[in-house]
Amino acid sequence: MQKWFVPAAVVCGLMFAIAPVLIAQAPYESTMGLVQKIFYVHLPSAWIFLLSAIVCGVASLRYLFGGNPRHDRTAWAAAELVVLFGAITLITGPLWARKAWGVWWQWDVRLTSSLMGWMVAVAYMLLRKYGGPGSDKLGAGLALFGMANVPFIYISVNYWRTIHPTTNVVPTLPTSFGLPLWFSAVTFLLMFVLLLRLRVRLEEQRSRLDALYLATDE
Amino acid sequence: MHRILFAMVCVCVALAGPAIVWAQQPAPQQQEEFVPIDELPAQDQLPAAPLLVAAYSFVALALFAYVVSVARRMATVQRELERLESDLKRSGRT
Repeated sequence: MQKWFVPAAVVCGLMFAIAPVLIAQAPYESTMGLVQKIFYVHLPSAWIFLLSAIVCGVASLRYLFGGNPRHDRTAWAAAELVVLFGAITLITGPLWARKAWGVWWQWDVRLTSSLMGWMVAVAYMLLRKYGGPGSDKLGAGLALFGMANVPFIYISVNYWRTIHPTTNVVPTLPTSFGLPLWFSAVTFLLMFVLLLRLRVRLEEQRSRLDALYLATDE
Repeated sequence: MHRILFAMVCVCVALAGPAIVWAQQPAPQQQEEFVPIDELPAQDQLPAAPLLVAAYSFVALALFAYVVSVARRMATVQRELERLESDLKRSGRT
């Protein structure tokens, strides 16, 4: 493991400890009250969900055209993080919506496209695990669909009628809301980098193991 | 493999009913911005805490479970690597 990993993990742990303090000190939002504080984990996890899908897609694209197994390992690692952060987004969202909107779920374009993006990542994981030989290229193709869905998820709230807040909310946030949000976002980003590195390391070790098995068979 | 796929299809079918019920619920007004205030009416504060606790607990548990899962998988692969390397050394191949 690289030298930066342990110090970065310590910093990330400290930031996770500080974030709840900042979130607790943030003011209540006028119409939603206490439940709006779910925003500080829901939005950063949603951003990382989309970022993971982009990383998975770009790595898959490079693997499809370059054939370097390193990119395939990155894509697989990122796909698992799409599932993780997508699950966090899709669970925390309805918990917030139940109070703010009065319903757990709406089949509006943002929520439905996010669910589709998450299901593409789940399909990728199943394909890689049970697909057998050739599933790496098929998975890479599937990851491109997952990445293509990302801009659609992001801009959908600005173009379709939906009850989900638009992308205008974050740029207009007062500092009292913005500070805990950006702190939380940086914490989640650091967590993403660490988990991606850890997961890629696991794939590297598995590749080494496969090479050793081949050596023992010869 | 087939059993997993069959189980996934069953889960999708089971979710279809609640999904239709959700789809029929009326849509509240869309929100454009957040406005801070100092105090909230008591009735607005009551049911929020369990939802908030559930959300934060889920985030903490999901991240913790994932880190434990990756660590366990890494430990398994590491053990396997060490075993194979020692087998190869013993058989005179490196």
